[in-house]
Amino acid sequence: MLAYISRRLGMMLIIVFGASFLAYNLQAYSSDPLSVFGESTEKNKDYLIAAMIRDLQLDVPPPIRYFSWLRGIVAGLWGDFDMGLSRSNVPVIEILAMAIPVTIKLVITATFLAIIFGISIGMITAIRQYSRFDYVMTFFSFLLFSLPIFWVAVLLKEFMAIQFNDFLADPRISFGTIVIISLIFGLIIAGFTGGSRAQFLSVIGSAALFAGAILTYVNASQWFLKPALGIFGVTFLALISAIIVIQLITGLDSKKGRVVGFGTAIAIAILYYPLQALMSADASVLNVFAVFSINISVGIGIGIAVSKIDRRVYMRIGLFTAFIATFPIIIDRFMREFSTYMISDAVNNRPIPTLGQANDLLSPEQLDSFWISGLDTALHLILPTLALTLISFAGYVRFSRGSLLEVLNMDYIRTARAKGLSERTVIVRHGMRNAMLPLTTILVNDFAGLIGGAIITEGVFAWKGMGSVFNEAIRNYDLNLFMGVFIITAFLTVFANFIADLLYGVVDPRIRIRK
Amino acid sequence: MALSIQESESESSRIMSKQNNESVSLVEKDENEIANRETVGRSQRQIIIKRFVKHKAAMGSLFTLIFIVIFVFSATGLRLGPKNGGLSIPGWWKYSITDIDPEGAIAASCNGGVTGCPTLDLAPAFMDDDGIRFGDHPFGTDIIGTDYFALVMRGAQQSITVMLIVGLLGVTIGTTIGAIAGYFGGMVDAVLMRLTDMFLVTPTIIIGSLIGFRYGNFGVVPLAILLGFFAWMGLARFVRTEFLTLREREFVDAARVAGASDRRIIFKHILPNAIGVIIVAGTLLLSGAILAETALSYLGFGVRPPDVSLGLLISQYQDTFSISPWLFWWPGALIVSIALCVNFIGDGLRDAFDPRQRRHVSVKDRLKAAEHKGQRG
Repeated sequence: MLAYISRRLGMMLIIVFGASFLAYNLQAYSSDPLSVFGESTEKNKDYLIAAMIRDLQLDVPPPIRYFSWLRGIVAGLWGDFDMGLSRSNVPVIEILAMAIPVTIKLVITATFLAIIFGISIGMITAIRQYSRFDYVMTFFSFLLFSLPIFWVAVLLKEFMAIQFNDFLADPRISFGTIVIISLIFGLIIAGFTGGSRAQFLSVIGSAALFAGAILTYVNASQWFLKPALGIFGVTFLALISAIIVIQLITGLDSKKGRVVGFGTAIAIAILYYPLQALMSADASVLNVFAVFSINISVGIGIGIAVSKIDRRVYMRIGLFTAFIATFPIIIDRFMREFSTYMISDAVNNRPIPTLGQANDLLSPEQLDSFWISGLDTALHLILPTLALTLISFAGYVRFSRGSLLEVLNMDYIRTARAKGLSERTVIVRHGMRNAMLPLTTILVNDFAGLIGGAIITEGVFAWKGMGSVFNEAIRNYDLNLFMGVFIITAFLTVFANFIADLLYGVVDPRIRIRK
Repeated sequence: MALSIQESESESSRIMSKQNNESVSLVEKDENEIANRETVGRSQRQIIIKRFVKHKAAMGSLFTLIFIVIFVFSATGLRLGPKNGGLSIPGWWKYSITDIDPEGAIAASCNGGVTGCPTLDLAPAFMDDDGIRFGDHPFGTDIIGTDYFALVMRGAQQSITVMLIVGLLGVTIGTTIGAIAGYFGGMVDAVLMRLTDMFLVTPTIIIGSLIGFRYGNFGVVPLAILLGFFAWMGLARFVRTEFLTLREREFVDAARVAGASDRRIIFKHILPNAIGVIIVAGTLLLSGAILAETALSYLGFGVRPPDVSLGLLISQYQDTFSISPWLFWWPGALIVSIALCVNFIGDGLRDAFDPRQRRHVSVKDRLKAAEHKGQRG
């Protein structure tokens, strides 16, 4: 094992070395920093050219210059890491240290959402292969797969930000729109559940009625101006998450499973008002953590109290239900700051921004408030997150669908059915678990790709992350800055590959690492 | 693989003919009919083509894509060879991207003074007064009066050219490297795969921007060729894996025993069997290439003005979206349709070459089957 790891690490170093050598020379030979002097008529032009040649060591051939750059990187081994200076004489490492957190903030939510929705929808389409839902989702994922992200981004800016902000001036949804939205909602839900024609129609009807009722309420109460989930919304979402968690872990026909899941959901609903005390105006991240840990311990507690055998299964139900159901409580708290946030001078009744990563005009008190500044960040994240989620979601749908279909055709699935296991057990235990195996590789690699992966999105939404650094590096012929971005993305990619291989050996016992 | 597919196909047709026969036997027909019937064998290629033709979305996409390509290239015309001289075929559209028609733009005003609205009107006469018409500027004009139809067609032509060149180069290089690595194995494999990894760790967009920023103004063909040199890695890996398994097969041993050279084994024996993987990965490469080109042009690292590409058009006109949205819709719609068609064709090809993801027996079907059995028994 140790030999394998060290051999892989050595190989990683060689690959990163080779790739960076290639990239360095490609950049050095394809850029011409001296071109800025092409039409210059300044008197000291010759002096300036000489100075630049000296500063950038342009008289040294790039393949040799590469090694002086490499020396700074290798020096990282004894803690003397040096990526050189950018053209504006700032250490590259400082620029990157500022940019990386911004990019991570931008892409992390989108990646999680895309993974969760993509995998679950992909697996549902595989289970209901050749159903209406499958056809619609297949077409939809192909469409999303074919969309250029910058185009989606401009559309989102127009329809989700500018027109939505206009709509907020008089937030009234017309009756016709309510009917159409309700019917679409009904169709989506019916697509999930499937079933015979009569079932299908009744699900459409009830879901549409439900959505219609909610929209009418939203309309009557001017919900968009002071949004909140309230105790009813929180309870409802908690029950939904309980259903999903129970179905995945034990199945809804397990009595103890139902007791733990729904018990946790109801306990969280009861805790809704007491927990508000924890989330006062001067709260911080720690309070949010406290809310989560209280709810999770309640969930686990219920699991322990109910069960004597198989305790860990019921604890898991409690834990996951509590974890998911806490999100609505936190979101609800943020939402209730919306009305004050929206009418403040900095926002001026146009809450959804099209550009930037934070509102610069917020007052110091607003910035101090965890809830207001958090809401501000969340609103700035809406559009880029939506765009990124839509684009990467399609890939996960296709991949998890294909993966689950392949597994469901395996002999061991037939064996599982033949020995009389319930359909749920066959699909969740034998199907989904095995279908997740190849997904681990993709997931790990995607997380590594996050840092360099949002160059276009950052450009469209004017975020100052790795994308804008990279853009600047190319346009200014900034070799050190370019190599900084490059070495980070390259190293992360190689490292993620390595981790993925190790992880695969852990999750899939069939794959053993060669000694 | 070839054998097993044929077997399953013939088995299914046997079952079908059996079912037919059951109904036929009621009319008391010759019992030996099946035995007497001549079995029609199908070649591997015929099976694949048949499966692909059955895939409606893929066939529809194939025709749409061919139509788009012919439409776009015939509208702008073609020029092969140097700028002055060489082969030049004029397009059928009356404007070029350099023609400016300010009067026409003003004549096509709409929405209270916005100039250059599209004159295309697809609503037939019974829906509005003037019926279907194309007008002088079907896609409208931009602010200074350049015909937008000419711009979009030219942009689409450039984007498609990049897509095809990148795809062709990527497939050629990827197949060559993958085949050599997979067939010879050992040291050759190790060196080639580490080389592939070196290219692979570099995000395409990063290298693409670098190349595009420097060489984008040299024209679209050199840009595409340079991009193609950085687009082969994924395909090389697929081909290598395929070659690794295929070279262990008996027919390769047989060829070797018969004295075939390495070259002959690679080209005549293994490559035809790996063609499925190559074609499917190649189509994916194509849709990736057009999205990458438009993204690079959008960022300003691809095709430069005065030439146009679909991505460049979007980046130029995105700010006028609220005033003249058609300047934004048309190029986007073309990118999406081309990429969507290519993706669907790829899906159809994958199903045709590798039917592993074909229907598994769903719960519904099993219930139906059980019901059916109950009725009979």
